[in-house]
Amino acid sequence: MKLIIAIIKPFKLEEVRDALAAAGVQGMTVSEARGFGRQKGQTELYRGAEYTTAFVPKVRVEAVVPAGLVQSAVEAIQQAANTGTIGDGKIFVLDVDQAIRIRTGERDDDAI
Amino acid sequence: MHRTGLRFAALAGLLALPAAASAAAPALSVDKGDTAWMLTATILVLAMILPGLALFYGGLVRAKNVLSILSQVLGITAVAILVWVGWGYSLAFDAGNAFVGGTSKLFLSGITGESLSPTFSAGIGIPELAFVAFQMTFAAITASLIVGALAERVRFGALLLFSAIWLTIVYAPLAHMVWAPDGLIFGWGALDFAGGTVVHINSGVAGLVGALIAGKRLGFLREMTPPHSLSLTLAGAGLLWVGWFGFNAGSNLEATGGAAIAMINTFVAPAAGVLAWMLAERLVSGKASLLGGASGAIAGLVAVTPAAGTSGVAGAAGLGAVAAFACYGFVGSLKHRLRLDDSLDVFGIHGIGGIIGSIGTGLVSSPLLGGFRPEDYEIAAQTWIQIKAVAVAVGWSAVGSAIAFSIVRLALGLRVPPDAEREGLDITDHGERAYNF
Repeated sequence: MKLIIAIIKPFKLEEVRDALAAAGVQGMTVSEARGFGRQKGQTELYRGAEYTTAFVPKVRVEAVVPAGLVQSAVEAIQQAANTGTIGDGKIFVLDVDQAIRIRTGERDDDAI
Repeated sequence: MHRTGLRFAALAGLLALPAAASAAAPALSVDKGDTAWMLTATILVLAMILPGLALFYGGLVRAKNVLSILSQVLGITAVAILVWVGWGYSLAFDAGNAFVGGTSKLFLSGITGESLSPTFSAGIGIPELAFVAFQMTFAAITASLIVGALAERVRFGALLLFSAIWLTIVYAPLAHMVWAPDGLIFGWGALDFAGGTVVHINSGVAGLVGALIAGKRLGFLREMTPPHSLSLTLAGAGLLWVGWFGFNAGSNLEATGGAAIAMINTFVAPAAGVLAWMLAERLVSGKASLLGGASGAIAGLVAVTPAAGTSGVAGAAGLGAVAAFACYGFVGSLKHRLRLDDSLDVFGIHGIGGIIGSIGTGLVSSPLLGGFRPEDYEIAAQTWIQIKAVAVAVGWSAVGSAIAFSIVRLALGLRVPPDAEREGLDITDHGERAYNF
């Protein structure tokens, strides 16, 4: 099992969700996030007081998938979230030791 | 109330009576239309404060302090109402000396539903209790304005005590000097139709003094302190503008053409202010902002306040635009270079705008510039009187406010503890949060 973490542009969330579903991914967790990479933040100005927001709003998508599905899931995200400009985000893949479905107690691949 | 000193003086001369004596003359008759208008105008001015000013300020602070500033405006308004009926009205409008009124009207002693106050028209009065209430709302908004300079760091109780002291030793005497027939500045013939000196310069300077005495917020100019809801701020600014018709047109004291003059000027000056501030922003920083437009409206309203009854529309537009440019220069640039934490720009808009409006009133009241003073109006002489009135207002407010703030600092302390300031005053001073998601 692998944990895929994708940091993407917020308006790309629906496309990424559809692409992952088409690739056979059964579920995911989404949270709003802020961060920075090469993309710089916006400048705000209030009565002459200037604030540069160093962090840009992003969406963080997490999905745990069976090892065999990792490659197609990553490709699905990479294509769906791509606009070709800086700030498109990143994808990370991590190992997962265990997974347990709370309702039934099923474990690992059966639980995801 | 005798906003236009020269007009009242002329009236007194016509009757060949001292002004104070004519005020006491029993020959006044009362008009139902005037009374209805003054009752309405009074309510409009209350709406400027609650919720107008409260929301205007509330949107400008961070989300952790919005309830604290709303509570402060609410609490100060309540204090002002009780102080006013207790002794404020008497000290401001009872016959006294050149600096302060007398004590014969303490707790509104002797004032009944039959009592009348004079207006600008010979023989026409309005119920004195309507006048008391109208003036009460002026005292309340002036004291409430000050908290903008002290936002996000000063204790609730300290501000209530400050307001009680300040209204007594600063506001009531200055109102007497400017608006009572035996007042010092009234006697000079200064023009202050609706409170450029008494309300705006007074609160602006008090805010400046308070910001200096209370000190800067923690993290000032290091942490971000952006407004938490400019939507609230625009709602508040809009209510301020609407209520300002009660403030300015109500200061005519009668439902006559004079009120209509004040009303049209109260439309025109803030309109010029909105566009001037946004134009300045567009030229300096590239973008015209909503906060800039709202600030320009307030700057224009402040500036036209003393001139509302005597200026023509061209003069009002000019005052609004000049005030907006000047206030933008101060709050957008100079304030930051001075490292002054006048948090919500009370001095920057009410102080600066009030000074420009009060002096500018000397110019725009001239018939040569479309104003409504008589043909023999002397611009230079009147403007010099306006400058003297501004100087007295600035000095009186600065010294009196410093005394009032110092008393409160010794008695209660001004600042909340540093941990409370970081946590936010909503939870530490009031035990509430504005937004529970």
